[in-house]
Amino acid sequence: MDKMPGWADAVLVPLISILLASLISALVILAIGHNPVEAFSIMVKESLTSSRGIGNTLYYTTNFIFTGLAVAVAFHARMFNIGGEGQVLLGGLGVALVCLYVPWPHWTLALVGATVAAGVFGAAWALIPAYLQAKRGSHIVITTIMFNFIAAAVLNYVLVNMLRPRGAMEPASGPFPEPTHLPTFQEMFSTADTVLFRSAPVNVSFFLAVLACFAVWLLIWRTRLGYQIRAFGHSESAARYAGISPVRITVIAMLISGGLAGMMALNATMGEAERLVLNASEGAGFIGIAVALMGRSHPFGIFMAALLFGFLYQGGLELAFWTGIPQQLITVIQALVILFTGALDNMVRMPLEKLFLALRKGKA
Amino acid sequence: MDLATLIPVLESTIRLSTPLLLACLAGLFSERAGIFDIGLEGKMLIAAFFSAAVAYLAVTNETWTLHLPLTDASIGLTWLRSLLPPVGWGLLAGIAASMALSAIHGLASITFRGNQLISGVALNFLASGLTVLIAQSWFRQGGKTPTLTGDARLSEWHLPFADSLRDVPVLGPIYSDLLSGHAPLVYLAFALVPATWWVLFRTRFGLRLRAVGEAPEAVDTAGVSVVGLRFAAVAICGVLCGIAGAYMATGLQPFFGKEMTAGRGYIALAALIFSKWRPWYALGACLLFGFLQAVALRFQNIDLGAFTVPVQVMDALPYILTVVILAGFVGKAIPPRAGGEPYVKER
Repeated sequence: MDKMPGWADAVLVPLISILLASLISALVILAIGHNPVEAFSIMVKESLTSSRGIGNTLYYTTNFIFTGLAVAVAFHARMFNIGGEGQVLLGGLGVALVCLYVPWPHWTLALVGATVAAGVFGAAWALIPAYLQAKRGSHIVITTIMFNFIAAAVLNYVLVNMLRPRGAMEPASGPFPEPTHLPTFQEMFSTADTVLFRSAPVNVSFFLAVLACFAVWLLIWRTRLGYQIRAFGHSESAARYAGISPVRITVIAMLISGGLAGMMALNATMGEAERLVLNASEGAGFIGIAVALMGRSHPFGIFMAALLFGFLYQGGLELAFWTGIPQQLITVIQALVILFTGALDNMVRMPLEKLFLALRKGKA
Repeated sequence: MDLATLIPVLESTIRLSTPLLLACLAGLFSERAGIFDIGLEGKMLIAAFFSAAVAYLAVTNETWTLHLPLTDASIGLTWLRSLLPPVGWGLLAGIAASMALSAIHGLASITFRGNQLISGVALNFLASGLTVLIAQSWFRQGGKTPTLTGDARLSEWHLPFADSLRDVPVLGPIYSDLLSGHAPLVYLAFALVPATWWVLFRTRFGLRLRAVGEAPEAVDTAGVSVVGLRFAAVAICGVLCGIAGAYMATGLQPFFGKEMTAGRGYIALAALIFSKWRPWYALGACLLFGFLQAVALRFQNIDLGAFTVPVQVMDALPYILTVVILAGFVGKAIPPRAGGEPYVKER
């Protein structure tokens, strides 16, 4: 029996969770001696009211779309991929190798090459945890956590011992050559008279992220493979009975998930830094968890959630700049969103279900 | 490698293993009762902050008053001052903070039957963000606490006759330099290994706790509260993580620094799997991982003649070993059967 109408499940529950999370965030801001209303208005002003602010917001949104989709695809197969962070790092390595060592004639070709490299490297980093989960039953959460740390060590080694230019102190690669630089929104949308998106890092990979949303929607709801992934996620025994191979689905879902996470590096590494740095992911791999949970693992929801987190991230950075509230406020909000939409879901859901049940009885 | 170079490495192994061991035993209680906890890291971190912060405030303030937030009311607490040394108040504050996160974890995963892994992830982020926010608000040093001095730090215990036995060949340095002169919490951590074994495998509470992680329906049928037992296990986990965090910020280091646990909670989790959820094996695993950390700290790149082992390999080794163990190539690690599953009473 359906306890709640569909719209309540898809909109009302996440909305109440977000309200609870923002209420507690406001209390936190109050407790550290700042005014939450003022803080919120600074965040809005600095991230949504100028084209520079919007450009920064969309830059972070691009990151979170990729990592959010990555977590969501794994969720559909009932797997929890905490390894986004490591997959992003390896994706960045793929991007860097392709950009540094292939003489690209034009950025369009470079983007295609780098996308493939990012996807392949990210997917490869998800392959071992996926295989171990499918074949040997090793818990994917634990193995992907371990692979995050291993990825950090690998990247550290590669940057320090291989990619670092001679004589440089910082563990980072040399700058990518000119033809691999992606056009930013500033270059694309500014006219001779007005400069839009001034010095904002948002670039052409935003459209790639939107494309990825559409592609994931097609995959999950319009293809045979997507059906198999969802069936496997709902009931492994039923899927097995229907002739769906658990090993195959586990591995494929994780490869797609890892590939999507890896592609985040296009935006951060090729689009923004234009070289490979040690911490290219900036925690976006983890924010993807919050984004996927809030977006209910649906690409449209993820797009909206990524916009919200892009706003929070850009707003939070500016807030740190203007008021001295540390940017870790974003981490707290992210934690609260994960807590309320993920772990404490039933706390919101159970009273609502009772309410709707009571309403229905009242009508009948 | 002679004794003179070996002893400092082994001594730092003991120090570095202590927080791992405490967190690992914390995870052991929780996971044996069927509650997965990847929030060990966050609990240690928040405990580290509150223990360092409270110990510092206890030393630097003559009069203690608690201002109730959002009101003008305040409570005088100066009479508490002589009851415990400042570092003791720090330890209690750390344990309380860690238990607060445990309570949220219990609420989410036991009461509301939410996803235990997601709850653990959320709590790790909560701790990582809150510690810096509060540290900045209280001390304005970029998310750090000031360096602790004097009574705000854990004192070192010198075992009896440590000084007079130092000149005995071989055994003297081992006793006086290696085993003596650690903080009391170090000895507590090592004493907790047999204690944990005894509680889990020789008491009625332990039997029930293990049963609730393997077959909660059986425990329920016997008329014992599944919810109560699981909350008890989560609370013990909170206490132990609190001690681990307090040791890190008042013993291992004399301050709290941003993200100072640096993945130790995850290494403890790795050690827990490595030890297959058994106390004595946990001791071995934590000593091994502590030794790896000590070697990485002391030597950086290790020259083995034919080739050099880069420091990054030493950093990654605990995680690689855990993946190998998880893969089942060196004996299979089987978690408690009901682990991660919320218990729903049959009707």
